[in-house]
Amino acid sequence: MIFKVLAAGELEKFFELLVVNKLIGPVERGPAVDGRLLFDFAEVAEIAELRLDFTQTVHSAKKYLLPYLEETGVFVMEGSDWEKRVDYGAHQPLVLFGLHACDINALNKLDKVLLAEPYPNRFYGAKRAAMFIIGHSCRPTPACFCRSMGADSVRHGCDLFLTPLGDDYFVEIMSSRAFHIMESLDLREPTRRDHKRFQEQAKHRGNLLTAEVDATDLTKILDMEFDSTVWNEWGRRCLSCGTCAQVCPTCYCYGLEEVVALDLAKGAKIRQLYSCNLLDFAEVAGGYNFRPESRTRLKYRYYHKHRGFVEAFEEPLCVGCGRCGTNCLAGITVPEVIASVRRGEVENG
Amino acid sequence: MVELINPGMSLFAKKPRGREEDDLFHKAEITNVYPMTATEKLYQIQIIDPAARRGFLFKPGQFIMLEAPGIGEAPFSISSAPSRLGNIELCIRAVGVLTRFLSRLERGVMIGISGPFGTCFPVEEMVGEDVILLAGGLGIVPMRSPIMSLLENRSRYGRIDVMYGARRPSELLFGYQHAMWRQFDIGLKVIVDRSEPGWTGPVGMITALLAKRLAQGERSRFGNATNAIVCGPPVMFKPICDMLLEAGLSMEKIFVSLERRMHCGRGKCCRCNIGSTYTCLDGPVFDYWSVLNLKEAI
Repeated sequence: MIFKVLAAGELEKFFELLVVNKLIGPVERGPAVDGRLLFDFAEVAEIAELRLDFTQTVHSAKKYLLPYLEETGVFVMEGSDWEKRVDYGAHQPLVLFGLHACDINALNKLDKVLLAEPYPNRFYGAKRAAMFIIGHSCRPTPACFCRSMGADSVRHGCDLFLTPLGDDYFVEIMSSRAFHIMESLDLREPTRRDHKRFQEQAKHRGNLLTAEVDATDLTKILDMEFDSTVWNEWGRRCLSCGTCAQVCPTCYCYGLEEVVALDLAKGAKIRQLYSCNLLDFAEVAGGYNFRPESRTRLKYRYYHKHRGFVEAFEEPLCVGCGRCGTNCLAGITVPEVIASVRRGEVENG
Repeated sequence: MVELINPGMSLFAKKPRGREEDDLFHKAEITNVYPMTATEKLYQIQIIDPAARRGFLFKPGQFIMLEAPGIGEAPFSISSAPSRLGNIELCIRAVGVLTRFLSRLERGVMIGISGPFGTCFPVEEMVGEDVILLAGGLGIVPMRSPIMSLLENRSRYGRIDVMYGARRPSELLFGYQHAMWRQFDIGLKVIVDRSEPGWTGPVGMITALLAKRLAQGERSRFGNATNAIVCGPPVMFKPICDMLLEAGLSMEKIFVSLERRMHCGRGKCCRCNIGSTYTCLDGPVFDYWSVLNLKEAI
């Protein structure tokens, strides 16, 4: 990997080089009801709008790859015949400025399943290929358990990663196109002192990662505890609203619906992001529902993320960002659910 | 100014827009419709493009996604023989938005199909051995493809038994072919839950037919050279498979076809997941050993 040091004052120059493209970055969205400052990813035109000191955005950058609603085909009717037109929706390059390690790792996980042969999702693939991603070191929140999920640092999946070191940025250059762009900036080689500062910064950040999930043997333990009574309690609390899946950077399940225009001249096939917690997720034609109870749906979500995906890809489908817990209306968090499965009881149950 | 990235440089976006989602999508015509019961119809479908039609190779047990533009898309088991390639037959019950729409169609209508998808009943590995096929209700729909495949290669197999249970005689499917199956030396036994005027066959559960068949065989033949294919409603699998195991059949030679509501058929939407196994990629046909390792499968 190629490491450089960028003077903090050069960041604006870097931003100006990139902003000729559509550029997405973290912006402030005002306070939540509990006073917490809310951030989200949005299109940014001026560097002053960028809030690189953000804690966590409400939604992840997933929305730029897997839009909540996406037209996956248009039918043009011609008498009794029709023609199907498909547009992958990647019309312009997109620069993502300031993604944290968890969100970059989330995209890497989505790549594994969505780009997998023999049927890659070409809508996702086209957008993913047209992205330029700049990672940025984060300020952990008390809900972050990324280290337990092995998602607290970035090894690949972005073009560039920035870590602030006082007045400088430590830059990890991870693609040739990033290297090419950085050539026009005032960069210097890192010194031993910079390396040391980088490690100190990493240690300081690591100390702030307080939430933990014990993932030892989790695939087996989930199988052993399939009939555990803790699922009943979590199922009783879960509202089956699907908020967790909407804010989750790795949830990708969807439903398809087709619609016809009022003049009957056109039809469209629409993909809508879904949630396995929603009541009709596993319902089949005729009304039979394979997971009619809240507890079986909530349990399925954990089994997919922490058992099945691990068996398929050697890693969980969770980056430990904690968004699901932070936004859950019933206060259900991953660390608590998994701890309760290990313990065999729910605290305050 | 740096023009960073443009879609032209990417592998995926290089494909011209206006192409289909993937090369598995074919336009097809409904060439014929046969009403079979009050709620089920048999649809004969032909892929329009001759090359695509000839290249449409599928195996018994696989399914397609059928799309009616602007109405919906859903998975359907192929009911015809694999030797027919892109001339396929689908038996469909009118039960949801798409299937009720289909039930109102006449021949000549253009639809879209993608596939074939999923795993198959490994009939080629059953050569020289006995096969017991057990279908409950609509389970006869995915079962007809292996039946036709076995029929076409009848000399290569040992004893073949088909046991078919339905709620009422009037709900029996493919009745017009039952006599033919029997003539090709397939032991077909049909049973119904409730009799209707004119019914002379047995009344009861499909397990009664199976018990009779299992009483006729030898344990060593069941253990070494007997395969079972089971299709039906979720409640049917456990009792049937337990009986087969008790008779000595190997778990690797018992095959079930599981039904889930797929939205993509390509392992991307998660709607058909059992645990995290995709019914569309790893199934719909599973051997019983795999089923035992899947929580909530049956």
